[in-house]
Amino acid sequence: MATETVVNDPIHQFRLHSLFDLFSVGGHQISFTNSALFMGLIVLFITGFLLMAASKAAMVPGRLQSIGEMWYSMIHNMVNNVLGEEGKAFFPLVFSLFSFVLIANMFGMFPYFFTVTSHVIVTASLALFVVGLVVVVGIYKHGLGWFKLFVPHGVPIVILPIISVIEIISFLSRPISLGLRLFGNILAGHIVLKVFAGFVVSMIAAGGIIAVSSVLSLGMAVALTALEFLVAFLQAFVFAILTCVYLNDALHPSH
Amino acid sequence: MDPVSAKYIGAGIACLGMGGAGIGVGHIFGNYLAGALRNPAAAGQQFTNALIGAALAEGLGIFSLVVALVLLFVK
Repeated sequence: MATETVVNDPIHQFRLHSLFDLFSVGGHQISFTNSALFMGLIVLFITGFLLMAASKAAMVPGRLQSIGEMWYSMIHNMVNNVLGEEGKAFFPLVFSLFSFVLIANMFGMFPYFFTVTSHVIVTASLALFVVGLVVVVGIYKHGLGWFKLFVPHGVPIVILPIISVIEIISFLSRPISLGLRLFGNILAGHIVLKVFAGFVVSMIAAGGIIAVSSVLSLGMAVALTALEFLVAFLQAFVFAILTCVYLNDALHPSH
Repeated sequence: MDPVSAKYIGAGIACLGMGGAGIGVGHIFGNYLAGALRNPAAAGQQFTNALIGAALAEGLGIFSLVVALVLLFVK
């Protein structure tokens, strides 16, 4: 599928290419890729937008300030509800994660923009960082008592070994599921969009009655674009709330 | 059987797992809606829980999609 079907190749949009080469480590070329460029743009956008939204700080918020306040208070309420008072220390982390994932997903919806979260290495790094933080914070706060997380209360001693093994496996699968969920949703959504858009092109090329019915395919692509905007928001929200739920295990391991 | 076609058939079969995720997500939102219609006052607080459940159920379907993608694209 290399040369002739580049237009219809649904995977082509995820290709990384180097913008300029930086240096090489152990024979591996380290380059500034389009992914890195868009990560920088995302951070610039978030910083710029929030600075602009907060700059006026009027008593009656304008449009921009309202968006900033909703953005902030949504995550603030979420952290408060799930983690409680002690969780305040984690608000900046959850807010940054949510903002990065949300804007990365939203940037991906624009044509010719690169979708950073459609690469498993990006989402897996975020997820591994979150679960690693849960272990570090848990042991820092509770010492070895944190491992009671794997020994639930009120379980009969006979089935306790099995339950513990299941708990440990479920804990270890968290970074995989957290990273793969975001990656899979975004990747699958973009492939489906590209496939339906490709149908339009090939149906028009076929001509006749098939060309007329390409309108259906176009309508489907439009509907899927709307759905993808929903998914982009929802997955960022889910990523943030699961981060909170996992961090809750670090703060309150007994239940 | 030709190994390449076996790979494609395997990828197709792996995608069947996503049907299970569809059933799971449908169950969660269906039951959420049923509960919300009985007690609309409590519905707002439980929406995030419904989303968490849907995300967890959906994640398992994504696993099967990833299996299919690995079969298709990993050489």
